[in-house]
Amino acid sequence: MRQRVLGIGNGARRDDGVGVWVAQALAARLGDSLDVRVLGDDGFQLVDALGGIDAALLIDAVQSGAPPGTVHRFDAAREPLPPALLRCSTHLLGVAEAVELARALGQLPARVAVYGIEGADFGLGEGLSAPVAAAAAGLVEELATNLTDPPCTNTP
Amino acid sequence: MTETTRTIEVNQLARVEGEGALHLAIDGGQLTAAQLRIFEPPRYFEALLRGRDCREAPDITARICGICPVAYLMSSCAAIEDLCGLSVPAPIADLRRLLYCGEWIESHVLHMFMLHLPDFLGYPDAVSMAREHGDLVRTALRIKKAGNGIVALLGGREIHPINVRIGGFYRLPTRAELAPLRDELAWALDAAEQALLPLAALDFPDFERAYTFVALRHDSEYPMGRGRLVSSDGIDLPVASYDDYLTEHHVRHSTSLHSRTAAGGVVHLGPLARYALNHDRLTPRARAAAQAAGLPPVVRNPFRSILVRGVEVVLALEEALRLIDGYVPGDTPAVAFEPRAGTGYGATEAPRGVLYHRYTVGEDGLITDAKIVAPTSVNQAVIEADLRHYVEPNLHRPDAELRAVCETAIRNYDPCISCSAHFLKLTVERR
Repeated sequence: MRQRVLGIGNGARRDDGVGVWVAQALAARLGDSLDVRVLGDDGFQLVDALGGIDAALLIDAVQSGAPPGTVHRFDAAREPLPPALLRCSTHLLGVAEAVELARALGQLPARVAVYGIEGADFGLGEGLSAPVAAAAAGLVEELATNLTDPPCTNTP
Repeated sequence: MTETTRTIEVNQLARVEGEGALHLAIDGGQLTAAQLRIFEPPRYFEALLRGRDCREAPDITARICGICPVAYLMSSCAAIEDLCGLSVPAPIADLRRLLYCGEWIESHVLHMFMLHLPDFLGYPDAVSMAREHGDLVRTALRIKKAGNGIVALLGGREIHPINVRIGGFYRLPTRAELAPLRDELAWALDAAEQALLPLAALDFPDFERAYTFVALRHDSEYPMGRGRLVSSDGIDLPVASYDDYLTEHHVRHSTSLHSRTAAGGVVHLGPLARYALNHDRLTPRARAAAQAAGLPPVVRNPFRSILVRGVEVVLALEEALRLIDGYVPGDTPAVAFEPRAGTGYGATEAPRGVLYHRYTVGEDGLITDAKIVAPTSVNQAVIEADLRHYVEPNLHRPDAELRAVCETAIRNYDPCISCSAHFLKLTVERR
């Protein structure tokens, strides 16, 4: 099964970079065998990155009013993402719209697990706030286990 | 119709770059106001440039726009190089044109197929359109990506390129690095020609206006990074005389300054203007594409701008291939220079039209004054004039229809109000 980890965000805006942080931590943990892409705010890159694979793990920061560090989970293969939650893109397509465009074009993988981590600080600068860093580390543990012990067997 | 007040407000205009709104006031069946209200907050770029080293101007101003950073890089380089009496050698000028081709391709294709086409095909957005026109959208995204590839390679990354500097580049690509772009660009050139044909068959509103077109014009090439300032009413000026021709002024309803000619006239910048004033500079396949799309040498119907953008995409792809095939890296990535005191002027053709920069620099190389005029701010007045003319015969239509009509007319200009949001509000006031 071809699966890809997609970390979305801007590491120069504090918690906005949590998706990138998680993706890079997974890459460091699991090595070259893991297909990881780090994406900024160009939704078209995301449409592209969703093509040609069977499963995607997508991690992004969200702002919904929930306590910082809350991990929201969505199965985007089954239903559209709540656009209000994942629309903080400065360009045409936010994450939710990019996923819908990929779906409309028939290139959405059969499995799209989306993890939205509630951020606290979206100001200028690097580094995650404490509750977000803790949530990110927990998510890395969970995903690393799932990725090394995938529910489906590999096919050549 | 009874004498009632009718106010139509489009509070959030979709599929434009930035935050704006439209206000229409209709009094006794007469249109009394059509105002494009730009409420994007001012960003004070001109002020924050003061006191900065003139060599920083390209990278600072490129941050004004995520869609057309190359235009800002090119206009600021042109202005500082003008100030320093610097002329870049042909290989560097060619690479800059190649970079500009990349930006034209990605920006034009994005607007044509994802923002503008849904209006003509009757979809609320590109995603809905993609469900029924998947092949067309896939083709468009692949052409756009070919343009992104140029910007990523020459600029160092796709958005906010970092490899351009006064006098040239930080690093020149090798021929071997450019070669892999070629096949995809060649595919994109054929695909763009084909994709233009169904667009030519769209049902365009029967609407033309006698615009004063303003664009750059160069001795031998279709204008991108250099040329003189020319207009359809006969001006032909060096870029240094821009301020004598167009002056900015404030209007209450917009945070973006309007521009007028010294005589108070409204001008039209962008693809229609470039095309009308440079039809004889089109490349062979772009000329053929224009012919195949049924375009005359001057197009005065703004709704047909989608076709002219398509012709310019063909031109940019054709030019990109020519420049890659002819590329021989120069000896040095950039011409050495020392900043000097004075004022420099630069203008290049952003996808949306002439982008003008002017800098005054002191003996210490620091900027003391900067002026930047984006094409969308110049086009505000012509957009409002289009709306008045276009809406008047449609006033009897219900508000929802009027709103759609107005939004399409605004999108003819691919307005890039900024890159922070993408909605426009429309209000119609009927009295």
